[in-house]
Amino acid sequence: METIELKVNGRTRTVHCLPNATLVDVLRDHLHLTGTHIGCDTTQCGACTIHVDGDAVKACTVLAVRSDGAEIMTIEGLAENEASHPMQKAFNECHGLQCGFCTPGMIMSAVDLVNKGFASDPTAVREGLSGNICRCTGYQNIVAAVMQGASEMQEQSS
Amino acid sequence: MKQRLSAPSDVIDLAKIPGLDAITQADDVLQIGAMATHAKVTASSLVQEHCAALASLAGGIGDRQVRNRGTIGGSLANNDPAADYPAAVLGLNAEIVTDRRTITAEAFFKAMFETALEPDEIIQAVHFPQVEQAVYLKFPNPASRYAMVGVMLTRTAGEVRVAITGAAASVFRAAAFEEALTSDFRISAIDAVTLSAETLNADMHASAEYRAHLCKVLIKRGVEALSA
Repeated sequence: METIELKVNGRTRTVHCLPNATLVDVLRDHLHLTGTHIGCDTTQCGACTIHVDGDAVKACTVLAVRSDGAEIMTIEGLAENEASHPMQKAFNECHGLQCGFCTPGMIMSAVDLVNKGFASDPTAVREGLSGNICRCTGYQNIVAAVMQGASEMQEQSS
Repeated sequence: MKQRLSAPSDVIDLAKIPGLDAITQADDVLQIGAMATHAKVTASSLVQEHCAALASLAGGIGDRQVRNRGTIGGSLANNDPAADYPAAVLGLNAEIVTDRRTITAEAFFKAMFETALEPDEIIQAVHFPQVEQAVYLKFPNPASRYAMVGVMLTRTAGEVRVAITGAAASVFRAAAFEEALTSDFRISAIDAVTLSAETLNADMHASAEYRAHLCKVLIKRGVEALSA
Protein backbone atom coordinates (compact mmCIF):
# COMPACT_ATOMS: atom_id res chain seq x y z
CA MET A 1 0.00 0.00 0.00
CA GLU A 2 1.11 3.51 -0.80
CA THR A 3 0.14 6.66 1.01
CA ILE A 4 -0.62 9.72 -1.07
CA GLU A 5 -2.05 13.15 -0.38
CA LEU A 6 -4.54 14.72 -2.75
CA LYS A 7 -6.26 18.07 -2.53
CA VAL A 8 -9.74 17.15 -3.72
CA ASN A 9 -12.32 19.89 -4.22
CA GLY A 10 -10.41 22.15 -1.84
CA ARG A 11 -9.98 19.53 0.90
CA THR A 12 -6.72 17.75 1.65
CA ARG A 13 -7.25 13.99 1.72
CA THR A 14 -4.78 11.27 2.66
CA VAL A 15 -5.34 8.01 0.82
CA HIS A 16 -3.83 4.55 1.25
CA CYS A 17 -4.03 2.73 -2.06
CA LEU A 18 -2.34 0.05 -4.13
CA PRO A 19 0.42 1.34 -6.43
CA ASN A 20 -1.56 0.20 -9.48
CA ALA A 21 -4.81 1.90 -8.46
CA THR A 22 -6.10 4.40 -10.98
CA LEU A 23 -7.12 7.88 -9.92
CA VAL A 24 -10.75 7.25 -10.81
CA ASP A 25 -10.83 4.16 -8.57
CA VAL A 26 -9.37 6.13 -5.68
CA LEU A 27 -11.91 8.91 -6.14
CA ARG A 28 -14.85 6.51 -6.34
CA ASP A 29 -13.87 3.66 -4.01
CA HIS A 30 -11.69 5.38 -1.42
CA LEU A 31 -13.18 8.87 -1.30
CA HIS A 32 -16.72 7.82 -2.32
CA LEU A 33 -16.92 10.59 -4.90
CA THR A 34 -19.03 8.59 -7.33
CA GLY A 35 -19.96 11.52 -9.57
CA THR A 36 -16.91 10.73 -11.69
CA HIS A 37 -18.05 7.84 -13.87
CA ILE A 38 -16.21 4.93 -15.48
CA GLY A 39 -17.53 4.29 -18.98
CA CYS A 40 -15.05 2.63 -21.31
CA ASP A 41 -12.04 2.44 -18.98
CA THR A 42 -9.82 2.91 -22.07
CA THR A 43 -9.50 6.73 -22.33
CA GLN A 44 -12.08 7.10 -25.06
CA CYS A 45 -15.48 8.01 -23.61
CA GLY A 46 -14.50 10.85 -21.27
CA ALA A 47 -17.05 10.02 -18.53
CA CYS A 48 -14.20 10.07 -15.98
CA THR A 49 -12.99 13.58 -16.92
CA ILE A 50 -11.77 15.60 -13.94
CA HIS A 51 -9.39 18.52 -13.51
CA VAL A 52 -5.85 17.79 -12.27
CA ASP A 53 -3.83 20.91 -11.49
CA GLY A 54 -6.19 22.89 -13.70
CA ASP A 55 -6.19 20.60 -16.75
CA ALA A 56 -8.97 18.27 -17.92
CA VAL A 57 -7.74 14.67 -17.87
CA LYS A 58 -9.32 11.23 -18.03
CA ALA A 59 -8.96 9.76 -14.56
CA CYS A 60 -9.20 6.14 -15.75
CA THR A 61 -5.73 6.38 -17.27
CA VAL A 62 -3.89 8.14 -14.47
CA LEU A 63 -2.24 6.20 -11.68
CA ALA A 64 -3.31 7.58 -8.31
CA VAL A 65 0.28 7.58 -7.01
CA ARG A 66 1.27 9.73 -10.01
CA SER A 67 -1.16 12.35 -8.68
CA ASP A 68 0.43 12.58 -5.22
CA GLY A 69 0.30 16.24 -4.18
CA ALA A 70 -2.02 17.23 -7.02
CA GLU A 71 -4.98 19.57 -6.84
CA ILE A 72 -8.07 17.79 -8.10
CA MET A 73 -11.52 19.06 -8.98
CA THR A 74 -14.38 16.64 -9.57
CA ILE A 75 -18.01 17.27 -10.52
CA GLU A 76 -18.85 17.34 -6.79
CA GLY A 77 -16.61 20.38 -6.35
CA LEU A 78 -18.31 22.63 -8.89
CA ALA A 79 -21.36 23.76 -6.95
CA GLU A 80 -20.81 26.46 -4.38
CA ASN A 81 -22.97 26.53 -1.26
CA GLU A 82 -25.52 24.18 -2.83
CA ALA A 83 -25.94 26.57 -5.79
CA SER A 84 -25.36 24.86 -9.12
CA HIS A 85 -22.36 25.96 -11.18
CA PRO A 86 -23.47 28.00 -14.24
CA MET A 87 -22.47 25.06 -16.49
CA GLN A 88 -24.58 22.64 -14.45
CA LYS A 89 -27.49 25.08 -14.61
CA ALA A 90 -27.08 25.41 -18.39
CA PHE A 91 -27.09 21.62 -18.91
CA ASN A 92 -30.28 21.47 -16.86
CA GLU A 93 -32.02 24.33 -18.66
CA CYS A 94 -30.96 23.30 -22.19
CA HIS A 95 -31.76 19.63 -21.52
CA GLY A 96 -28.12 18.85 -22.31
CA LEU A 97 -28.49 15.24 -21.22
CA GLN A 98 -30.69 12.23 -21.63
CA CYS A 99 -29.56 9.35 -19.41
CA GLY A 100 -26.95 11.53 -17.71
CA PHE A 101 -24.13 8.99 -17.58
CA CYS A 102 -21.72 11.10 -19.64
CA THR A 103 -22.82 14.38 -18.05
CA PRO A 104 -20.23 14.76 -15.25
CA GLY A 105 -17.42 14.28 -17.78
CA MET A 106 -19.14 16.57 -20.30
CA ILE A 107 -19.50 19.32 -17.70
CA MET A 108 -15.91 19.02 -16.45
CA SER A 109 -14.66 19.17 -20.05
CA ALA A 110 -16.95 22.11 -20.81
CA VAL A 111 -15.76 24.11 -17.79
CA ASP A 112 -12.14 23.46 -18.81
CA LEU A 113 -12.93 24.59 -22.38
CA VAL A 114 -14.34 27.87 -21.08
CA ASN A 115 -11.47 28.35 -18.59
CA LYS A 116 -8.91 27.95 -21.39
CA GLY A 117 -10.79 30.16 -23.87
CA PHE A 118 -11.70 27.35 -26.28
CA ALA A 119 -15.48 27.77 -26.21
CA SER A 120 -15.76 30.71 -28.59
CA ASP A 121 -18.31 29.15 -30.96
CA PRO A 122 -20.25 25.89 -31.46
CA THR A 123 -17.61 24.51 -33.86
CA ALA A 124 -14.84 25.01 -31.31
CA VAL A 125 -17.04 23.42 -28.63
CA ARG A 126 -17.70 20.36 -30.81
CA GLU A 127 -13.98 19.96 -31.46
CA GLY A 128 -13.18 20.59 -27.79
CA LEU A 129 -15.68 17.96 -26.64
CA SER A 130 -14.44 15.30 -29.05
CA GLY A 131 -13.01 13.35 -26.12
CA ASN A 132 -16.44 13.00 -24.53
CA ILE A 133 -18.91 10.53 -25.97
CA CYS A 134 -22.69 10.62 -25.40
CA ARG A 135 -24.43 7.38 -26.31
CA CYS A 136 -27.88 8.99 -26.27
CA THR A 137 -26.61 11.27 -29.10
CA GLY A 138 -27.71 14.41 -27.39
CA TYR A 139 -24.93 16.55 -28.85
CA GLN A 140 -27.19 19.33 -30.18
CA ASN A 141 -28.39 20.23 -26.71
CA ILE A 142 -24.99 19.61 -25.13
CA VAL A 143 -23.40 22.17 -27.44
CA ALA A 144 -26.24 24.62 -26.75
CA ALA A 145 -25.74 24.08 -23.01
CA VAL A 146 -21.99 24.69 -23.23
CA MET A 147 -22.55 27.91 -25.19
CA GLN A 148 -25.08 29.12 -22.58
CA GLY A 149 -22.87 28.00 -19.69
CA ALA A 150 -19.88 29.74 -21.25
CA SER A 151 -21.65 33.07 -21.52
CA GLU A 152 -22.96 32.77 -17.95
CA MET A 153 -19.46 31.93 -16.67
CA GLN A 154 -18.06 34.94 -18.50
CA GLU A 155 -20.78 37.20 -17.07
CA GLN A 156 -20.09 35.92 -13.58
CA SER A 157 -16.37 36.56 -13.82
CA SER A 158 -16.74 40.05 -15.33
CA MET B 1 -0.43 -2.08 -19.15
CA LYS B 2 -4.23 -1.90 -19.09
CA GLN B 3 -4.38 -3.74 -22.38
CA ARG B 4 -2.16 -6.44 -20.84
CA LEU B 5 0.44 -5.88 -23.57
CA SER B 6 3.13 -5.61 -20.92
CA ALA B 7 3.40 -6.49 -17.26
CA PRO B 8 6.42 -4.70 -15.80
CA SER B 9 7.50 -5.47 -12.25
CA ASP B 10 8.04 -1.78 -11.54
CA VAL B 11 6.86 1.49 -13.02
CA ILE B 12 9.06 4.54 -12.63
CA ASP B 13 7.51 8.00 -12.85
CA LEU B 14 9.66 10.43 -14.84
CA ALA B 15 7.34 13.40 -14.29
CA LYS B 16 9.32 15.01 -11.52
CA ILE B 17 12.68 15.07 -13.29
CA PRO B 18 13.32 18.78 -13.80
CA GLY B 19 13.68 19.99 -17.37
CA LEU B 20 12.58 16.75 -19.03
CA ASP B 21 9.58 18.57 -20.51
CA ALA B 22 11.52 21.58 -21.83
CA ILE B 23 11.20 22.83 -25.40
CA THR B 24 14.27 24.74 -26.62
CA GLN B 25 16.01 25.69 -29.83
CA ALA B 26 19.75 25.77 -30.52
CA ASP B 27 21.05 26.77 -33.95
CA ASP B 28 18.56 25.22 -36.35
CA VAL B 29 17.59 22.30 -34.16
CA LEU B 30 14.40 22.19 -32.14
CA GLN B 31 14.69 20.11 -28.98
CA ILE B 32 11.53 18.73 -27.39
CA GLY B 33 11.92 17.10 -23.99
CA ALA B 34 10.53 13.57 -23.64
CA MET B 35 7.96 14.57 -21.01
CA ALA B 36 6.51 17.49 -23.00
CA THR B 37 2.78 16.87 -23.34
CA HIS B 38 1.02 17.07 -26.69
CA ALA B 39 -0.85 20.12 -25.35
CA LYS B 40 2.44 21.83 -24.55
CA VAL B 41 3.96 21.03 -27.95
CA THR B 42 0.97 22.27 -29.93
CA ALA B 43 0.79 25.51 -27.91
CA SER B 44 4.54 26.22 -28.08
CA SER B 45 5.42 29.24 -30.20
CA LEU B 46 8.92 27.79 -30.66
CA VAL B 47 7.44 24.66 -32.24
CA GLN B 48 4.96 26.66 -34.32
CA GLU B 49 7.76 28.81 -35.74
CA HIS B 50 10.17 25.93 -36.29
CA CYS B 51 7.65 23.57 -37.87
CA ALA B 52 3.94 24.43 -37.96
CA ALA B 53 3.14 20.92 -39.23
CA LEU B 54 4.62 19.42 -36.07
CA ALA B 55 2.59 21.73 -33.83
CA SER B 56 -0.55 20.90 -35.74
CA LEU B 57 0.18 17.15 -35.58
CA ALA B 58 0.50 17.35 -31.78
CA GLY B 59 -2.78 19.27 -31.62
CA GLY B 60 -4.57 16.50 -33.50
CA ILE B 61 -3.53 13.61 -31.25
CA GLY B 62 -6.44 11.98 -29.44
CA ASP B 63 -8.53 14.61 -27.70
CA ARG B 64 -7.92 17.50 -25.30
CA GLN B 65 -7.81 15.31 -22.20
CA VAL B 66 -5.37 12.91 -23.84
CA ARG B 67 -3.19 15.80 -25.02
CA ASN B 68 -3.01 17.13 -21.47
CA ARG B 69 -1.51 13.85 -20.33
CA GLY B 70 0.30 12.11 -23.18
CA THR B 71 3.92 12.93 -23.92
CA ILE B 72 6.14 12.77 -27.01
CA GLY B 73 8.58 10.41 -25.26
CA GLY B 74 5.79 8.08 -24.21
CA SER B 75 4.30 8.01 -27.67
CA LEU B 76 7.64 7.23 -29.33
CA ALA B 77 8.71 4.59 -26.84
CA ASN B 78 5.35 2.86 -27.25
CA ASN B 79 5.48 3.00 -31.08
CA ASP B 80 1.81 2.25 -31.54
CA PRO B 81 1.26 1.53 -35.23
CA ALA B 82 -1.44 4.22 -35.38
CA ALA B 83 0.40 6.91 -33.41
CA ASP B 84 1.03 10.29 -35.04
CA TYR B 85 4.48 11.20 -33.68
CA PRO B 86 6.41 8.37 -35.42
CA ALA B 87 5.41 9.93 -38.77
CA ALA B 88 6.76 13.28 -37.59
CA VAL B 89 10.05 11.85 -36.36
CA LEU B 90 10.66 9.79 -39.51
CA GLY B 91 9.34 12.40 -41.95
CA LEU B 92 11.23 15.28 -40.37
CA ASN B 93 14.40 13.18 -40.05
CA ALA B 94 14.58 13.74 -36.29
CA GLU B 95 16.93 12.11 -33.81
CA ILE B 96 16.03 10.48 -30.51
CA VAL B 97 18.38 11.37 -27.67
CA THR B 98 18.45 8.87 -24.81
CA ASP B 99 20.38 8.66 -21.56
CA ARG B 100 23.25 6.92 -23.43
CA ARG B 101 23.15 7.65 -27.18
CA THR B 102 21.52 9.35 -30.12
CA ILE B 103 19.35 7.20 -32.36
CA THR B 104 18.34 8.16 -35.91
CA ALA B 105 14.68 7.95 -36.84
CA GLU B 106 15.48 5.19 -39.36
CA ALA B 107 17.10 3.04 -36.69
CA PHE B 108 14.58 3.79 -33.94
CA PHE B 109 11.32 2.25 -35.18
CA LYS B 110 11.68 -1.54 -35.36
CA ALA B 111 8.24 -3.15 -35.53
CA MET B 112 4.77 -2.95 -34.02
CA PHE B 113 5.24 -1.61 -30.46
CA GLU B 114 8.99 -2.24 -30.84
CA THR B 115 11.82 0.28 -30.90
CA ALA B 116 15.62 0.26 -30.69
CA LEU B 117 15.40 1.18 -26.98
CA GLU B 118 17.01 -1.14 -24.45
CA PRO B 119 14.70 -2.16 -21.58
CA ASP B 120 16.35 0.30 -19.18
CA GLU B 121 17.00 3.07 -21.70
CA ILE B 122 15.20 6.39 -21.25
CA ILE B 123 14.35 8.89 -23.98
CA GLN B 124 15.46 12.36 -22.92
CA ALA B 125 14.58 14.48 -25.93
CA VAL B 126 13.85 14.55 -29.63
CA HIS B 127 15.89 16.75 -31.98
CA PHE B 128 14.08 18.11 -35.03
CA PRO B 129 16.28 19.68 -37.72
CA GLN B 130 14.98 22.57 -39.77
CA VAL B 131 13.01 21.55 -42.86
CA GLU B 132 11.91 23.89 -45.61
CA GLN B 133 8.37 22.60 -46.03
CA ALA B 134 6.28 20.10 -44.12
CA VAL B 135 2.66 19.07 -43.92
CA TYR B 136 0.90 16.32 -41.96
CA LEU B 137 -2.34 14.88 -43.24
CA LYS B 138 -4.31 12.36 -41.26
CA PHE B 139 -7.38 10.27 -41.89
CA PRO B 140 -8.57 9.83 -38.32
CA ASN B 141 -10.65 6.95 -37.07
CA PRO B 142 -14.05 8.60 -36.62
CA ALA B 143 -14.52 7.30 -33.06
CA SER B 144 -11.07 7.28 -31.52
CA ARG B 145 -9.17 9.85 -33.62
CA TYR B 146 -6.11 7.65 -34.08
CA ALA B 147 -4.52 7.71 -37.53
CA MET B 148 -6.04 5.10 -39.82
CA VAL B 149 -3.50 6.61 -42.17
CA GLY B 150 -1.25 9.58 -41.44
CA VAL B 151 1.23 11.07 -43.90
CA MET B 152 4.07 13.43 -43.07
CA LEU B 153 5.38 14.98 -46.27
CA THR B 154 8.50 17.15 -46.09
CA ARG B 155 10.75 18.87 -48.59
CA THR B 156 14.26 20.16 -47.90
CA ALA B 157 16.75 21.24 -50.58
CA GLY B 158 14.63 19.45 -53.15
CA GLU B 159 14.67 16.14 -51.26
CA VAL B 160 11.22 14.81 -50.48
CA ARG B 161 10.46 12.49 -47.57
CA VAL B 162 7.15 10.66 -47.13
CA ALA B 163 6.58 8.96 -43.77
CA ILE B 164 3.39 6.98 -43.29
CA THR B 165 1.86 5.89 -39.99
CA GLY B 166 -1.31 3.92 -39.29
CA ALA B 167 -1.12 1.91 -42.50
CA ALA B 168 1.33 -0.84 -41.53
CA ALA B 169 2.74 -2.54 -38.43
CA SER B 170 5.11 0.37 -37.92
CA VAL B 171 5.83 3.73 -39.53
CA PHE B 172 7.64 3.53 -42.90
CA ARG B 173 8.91 5.70 -45.75
CA ALA B 174 7.23 5.41 -49.13
CA ALA B 175 10.37 5.22 -51.27
CA ALA B 176 8.70 5.15 -54.69
CA PHE B 177 6.70 8.29 -53.89
CA GLU B 178 9.80 10.02 -52.47
CA GLU B 179 11.81 9.32 -55.64
CA ALA B 180 9.07 10.46 -57.98
CA LEU B 181 8.41 13.65 -56.03
CA THR B 182 12.10 14.46 -55.54
CA SER B 183 12.58 14.47 -59.30
CA ASP B 184 9.30 16.24 -60.05
CA PHE B 185 7.25 17.79 -57.21
CA ARG B 186 3.88 17.67 -58.92
CA ILE B 187 0.79 15.51 -58.42
CA SER B 188 1.13 14.25 -62.00
CA ALA B 189 4.52 12.78 -61.08
CA ILE B 190 2.88 10.20 -58.81
CA ASP B 191 -0.12 9.34 -60.95
CA ALA B 192 1.42 6.02 -61.92
CA VAL B 193 3.07 5.32 -58.55
CA THR B 194 1.31 2.81 -56.34
CA LEU B 195 1.76 1.46 -52.84
CA SER B 196 1.46 -2.29 -52.42
CA ALA B 197 -1.28 -3.31 -50.01
CA GLU B 198 0.50 -6.57 -49.25
CA THR B 199 2.14 -5.50 -45.99
CA LEU B 200 -0.55 -3.04 -44.88
CA ASN B 201 -2.96 -3.41 -41.96
CA ALA B 202 -6.46 -4.73 -42.49
CA ASP B 203 -9.13 -4.59 -39.80
CA MET B 204 -12.84 -3.91 -39.32
CA HIS B 205 -12.23 -0.22 -40.02
CA ALA B 206 -10.36 -0.46 -43.31
CA SER B 207 -8.99 -3.09 -45.67
CA ALA B 208 -5.33 -3.04 -46.70
CA GLU B 209 -6.33 -1.94 -50.22
CA TYR B 210 -8.36 0.95 -48.79
CA ARG B 211 -5.41 2.02 -46.62
CA ALA B 212 -3.10 1.91 -49.67
CA HIS B 213 -5.58 4.10 -51.52
CA LEU B 214 -5.82 6.52 -48.59
CA CYS B 215 -2.02 6.84 -48.48
CA LYS B 216 -1.90 8.00 -52.08
CA VAL B 217 -4.82 10.38 -51.66
CA LEU B 218 -3.18 11.98 -48.61
CA ILE B 219 0.21 12.23 -50.36
CA LYS B 220 -1.48 14.01 -53.29
CA ARG B 221 -3.22 16.40 -50.91
CA GLY B 222 0.12 17.03 -49.24
CA VAL B 223 1.78 17.88 -52.55
CA GLU B 224 -1.11 20.20 -53.30
CA ALA B 225 -0.79 21.89 -49.89
CA LEU B 226 2.98 22.42 -50.24
CA SER B 227 2.65 23.70 -53.81
CA ALA B 228 0.08 26.35 -52.93
